[in-house]
Amino acid sequence: MFRGLIHSIKEAFFQIFRNKVMSFVSILSISAMLMILGVFFFLTVNVNNMTENIKGEFDTIEVFLEDYTTKADAQEIARTLSTLGEVESIEYVDRDQAMEEFRERWGDKAYLLDTLSDNPLPNSLRIKLSGLEGGSLVAEVAKTTIGVEDVRYYQNEVNKVLSISEAIQKVTFVMILFLIVVSIVVVSSTIKLAVMSREAEINIMKYVGATNWFVRGPMLIEGMLIGAISAGIALGAISYAYMRVSEFFGDEALKLFSSNLVEADFMITNLAWIFMALGISIGAVGSIISMRRFLKV
Amino acid sequence: MIRFENVTKRYDDITAIDGVSVDIADGDFVFLVGPSGAGKSTFIKLISKELSPDSGRIFVGGQDITRLSRRRIPELRRQMGMVFQDFRLLPGKTVYQNVAFAMEVVHSTRRTIKRTVPQVLSIMGIADKADQLPQTLSQGEQQRVAIARAVVNNPKLLIADEPTGNLDPDTAWEIMKLLSQINRRGTTVVMVTHAKDIVDRMGRRVIAIDGGHIVRDSQEGEYGYDV
Repeated sequence: MFRGLIHSIKEAFFQIFRNKVMSFVSILSISAMLMILGVFFFLTVNVNNMTENIKGEFDTIEVFLEDYTTKADAQEIARTLSTLGEVESIEYVDRDQAMEEFRERWGDKAYLLDTLSDNPLPNSLRIKLSGLEGGSLVAEVAKTTIGVEDVRYYQNEVNKVLSISEAIQKVTFVMILFLIVVSIVVVSSTIKLAVMSREAEINIMKYVGATNWFVRGPMLIEGMLIGAISAGIALGAISYAYMRVSEFFGDEALKLFSSNLVEADFMITNLAWIFMALGISIGAVGSIISMRRFLKV
Repeated sequence: MIRFENVTKRYDDITAIDGVSVDIADGDFVFLVGPSGAGKSTFIKLISKELSPDSGRIFVGGQDITRLSRRRIPELRRQMGMVFQDFRLLPGKTVYQNVAFAMEVVHSTRRTIKRTVPQVLSIMGIADKADQLPQTLSQGEQQRVAIARAVVNNPKLLIADEPTGNLDPDTAWEIMKLLSQINRRGTTVVMVTHAKDIVDRMGRRVIAIDGGHIVRDSQEGEYGYDV
């Protein structure tokens, strides 16, 4: 058994070098597939992340209070509003706290706020909604309440973003499935060519009394090795691309969508597992599928 | 060594082997003759379990192989060596590797392989060709390599399917001498052939097949009729 495994590994390396062209083509096609998959993966994860951020940010209604309202007044208003449906919680945010949050959001550009002599922000109520549907009613009621200066609620914008991101996710999901199928087909036909060129050899092996695993083992490992190599190449290429993109586009994304691109480290670690698993199984499945009919002697 | 009990094998509407019973003893040397399409190939494919009979029973080395599971076919094949008209050598491997390959398949140790292969090559008279690729050899030499591969694991049975079919008469006779020598060491040899002169000259047992039946079975026989 152990000797069989060693034989398989040795033979697999030998075959990869012997069928250089075939191995090269297989590696090329698998890594191309994985790269495209990777692009879609990055896209989905980022869209997802963005949507979550937007949801988190916009399922709240901010009610800005007139300067003359006291904290007691604010609590009174909060009590009124909390009787409405879909209000999960109401938090009172005084102007100092609001300023503090503002500084945080501006990060390393917060020094710009130092020029302000006075805190221009009003006290406010932050209403957390349990769902987005009833938001507009709450906003309407809040607007007509005495002591309320202004209400900020972007329902239409939120809905638009949500439907776009949903569409993007659906499309990506279909694309990913499609790509996996395509890559298995491509790989198994590439390996089939390799196997066909060795049909005579396999036949002879069978005549001499080789077990199916003696024949299959090396090819399986060959497929898996090719998959792993492809995964490595694809991972390298796509990680580099992602790091560059987040370097150049990260700030833009922050401004446009008020959401950072997902951390490169996080993405790459996860993608490494996905690529390895996918590459190796595509290689293995591909070689098993293409070998089956040659083992029937 | 081999025993057929009322064996029948059909392909769709053709009956290739029709109720054949025959016994081939250990150490026997048997020629299988008959016109093309008579059922000779089917006969040996039944022995190597490339095909299974539709009815009847087949024993090889005392073992009933009629209902042998697919997983145990390799075990059966390791008891026999096979030689073909077209040699079936691996073009990418040297003579040495082609023979060693058969031993790797049965998981022989590297040391055993290193010791055994040169011995067998020298018995076959091709020790000096060990590092050459098969396609650089003459046809007769290639067949010697194929025979070396077939016997390197010391099989009890050697099946040769027209081993002299591609060879000129002198070379063919050299190959026959090798096969006789292998037979003298105790290996049962079953050889399919069309070569009348060889059969007549060897004077060994001849089983003639025609239309799926054994039409003649004679010890020290002759080819019998012209094809």
